Parts: sequence; C-alpha cells; structure tokens
Amino acid sequence: MTVVAVIAGVLLIAAAGLTCFRILAGPSTLDRVVGIDSLTAIAASGLAVWAAYDRDTTDVPAIVALALVGFLGSAAVTRFRVQDDR
Amino acid sequence: MSLFFDVVSGLLILTGALLAFTAAIAIIRFPDTLTRMHAATKPQVIGLILILVGAAIQLRNDGQAWMLALTGLFTMLTAPVIAHLLGRTAYREQRNRDGLLRINELGDDIDDV
Repeated sequence: MTVVAVIAGVLLIAAAGLTCFRILAGPSTLDRVVGIDSLTAIAASGLAVWAAYDRDTTDVPAIVALALVGFLGSAAVTRFRVQDDR
Repeated sequence: MSLFFDVVSGLLILTGALLAFTAAIAIIRFPDTLTRMHAATKPQVIGLILILVGAAIQLRNDGQAWMLALTGLFTMLTAPVIAHLLGRTAYREQRNRDGLLRINELGDDIDDV
C-alpha cells in the first residue's frame, strides 16, 4: 500500500503543478476557473489517497467540504465575473 | 482476503491518479477554453470517483466510507453544472474556432433573440 500511495502522490503532485501553470498562464478568467476547479478535484483525490493510506477517517469530512466549496466557488465566479478586455 | 482488497483498491487508486495526471496534461496542451473544459471535467470526475472507491474499500470497516460515496455522488451532480455554465459563458464571450461546428443550436437560439 505504501508503493501505491507514493506513486499516486507523485502523479497527483505533478498534476497539481501542471494545473497551477494553467492557472497562472491562462489567457482568460475562464481558463483559470477551469484550472481551479480541477485543482479542487486533485486536492480531494490527494486527501482520499491519504485517508486510504493511513486508514484514518479524520479528513473524510474535509473531502466533502472541499467538494462543496469548490462547486460554490466555480459557479459563483463563472456566473458573476466581469468580462476581461482582450 | 485482505490482500485481494488491497490489490483492488491499489489498482483503483493508481488508475484514478493516472487519469488526473492525463487530465492535467490535457489542460496544459489543449488550445481552447471549451476543449480544456472537456478535458478537465470528465477524466477528473472519473479519476476522483475511482480514487474515492479505492479509499472506501480501504476504509470498509468504518462508517465514514459512506461519506466518500456521498462525495462521489455530489461530484457527479455538480460537475455537469459547472461545465454547462463555463461552456455557455465561453461560447458567448470568445468565439474562437467557430468553423468547427456543423450544427450550432445555441448560436441559432442566440441569434434569434
């Protein structure tokens, strides 16, 4: 289980780094919203991998809260954002 | 029996992490907001659900595994909503790559209004 956790952690950290590059470099606000949404999913995946590795259920409510807050943030930013000048 | 559960959950977690990684590569490589949104939504959701199932198999003796199932259900409910909002806004504001569409129902409706 340790090997699986290490490989999954490395893959998820690499995915988070690539997504952070898209958040920094995205040409418009919508690209950044896409990146932030996917970064929330990657963070929830990382917490789930840690819970499976440690067999510790303390961070399971954090996964639920992260999914909720990520949805609210992405929907609000997409709905109420001001169009950026190009 | 415990080894069997370990192998199954390990395979699920590895597949989910690999899907998240390929989604991140696609977010970097794709040229357009719509294609990036497509790449971000589907493998991300499926990868997250696979990882959650793997974690729930590991935590099967605990009641908390049901909260992981709840998270997966909630992700499946909310990801289409965000994709719909993003796609609509992206179509309205930046009409790049217009010639790729053969049937454009949203464009026809917007032009009618």
